[in-house]
Amino acid sequence: MPFKRFVEIGRVALVNYGKDYGSLVVIVDVVDQNRALVDGPGMVRHQVNFKRLSLTDIKIDIKRSPKKKFLIAAMEAGDVKNKWEKSSWGKKLIVQKRRAAMNDFDRFKVMLARIKRSTVVNQELAKLKKEAKA
Amino acid sequence: MGQFRFHQYQVVGRALPTEKDDKPKAYRMKLWATNEVRAKSKFWYFLRKLKKVKKSNGQILAINEIYEKKLTITENYGIWLRYQSRTGYHNMYKEFRDTTLNGAVEQMYTEMASRHRVRFPCIQIIKTATVPDELCKRDNTKQFHSENIKFPLIFKKVRPSSRKLKTTYKASRPNIFK
Repeated sequence: MPFKRFVEIGRVALVNYGKDYGSLVVIVDVVDQNRALVDGPGMVRHQVNFKRLSLTDIKIDIKRSPKKKFLIAAMEAGDVKNKWEKSSWGKKLIVQKRRAAMNDFDRFKVMLARIKRSTVVNQELAKLKKEAKA
Repeated sequence: MGQFRFHQYQVVGRALPTEKDDKPKAYRMKLWATNEVRAKSKFWYFLRKLKKVKKSNGQILAINEIYEKKLTITENYGIWLRYQSRTGYHNMYKEFRDTTLNGAVEQMYTEMASRHRVRFPCIQIIKTATVPDELCKRDNTKQFHSENIKFPLIFKKVRPSSRKLKTTYKASRPNIFK
């Protein structure tokens, strides 16, 4: 299987360890085999080990080590935020965050909704079974 | 990116004034040490080798830490060093890519320890410089100069997001592809 996600200037990655856990960053320069200079809106540019990054499919068009405003402009042009939130990976993370932020009342509401959904499904299933038997 | 083991200090010292010489020359040195106390000690170590002065008949005039101005640019650092191996003294030139000089010096010390089994006391840094891309000598640093650098991460083990979530045993084998 060939590789599809490369470390390159402009690659968007997710930080999966450490202080910036969960934030999307852009690889702005490669320091060496193990580290990259990484930048994102709202953070200072700093170096990060590749072990702390998970590469995504998103890539934006920037030159090496661009100024902050060019980086943000390129992120807008590449529509990083929307692409990320529409991707299945991004969606999963959003759902995880919502679930983690639930209080007991929310969980109660979810339980009721699930019961409602399963009664509908089971009623249809019972109908189909009866037809199949007949 | 935080804490460095080695800090760069500027140490200025001179011999104590005597009746023969009441205005001794002051000497300044830039060196790397883990803390200020060690920096002053290293200063006397070098100065003893160069001038006829010791800590007992000298004084430190100033010691300041030198901080990196910009932490957000990757540079090629060339480090010239003199080290003592089991069989004698040798000179060496090493290149490192890093964002800060302190980081490059730390890389140098760890590399000398691993590759040549040479420890901190046996290494003297002669000179450090930022080297522009064209003048780099080592292929290992030159391969990162390309504007269109691109490589895959072939061995991607995803770690638990904090050390608290680490377990000795796992239910399934990890997927290390991407």
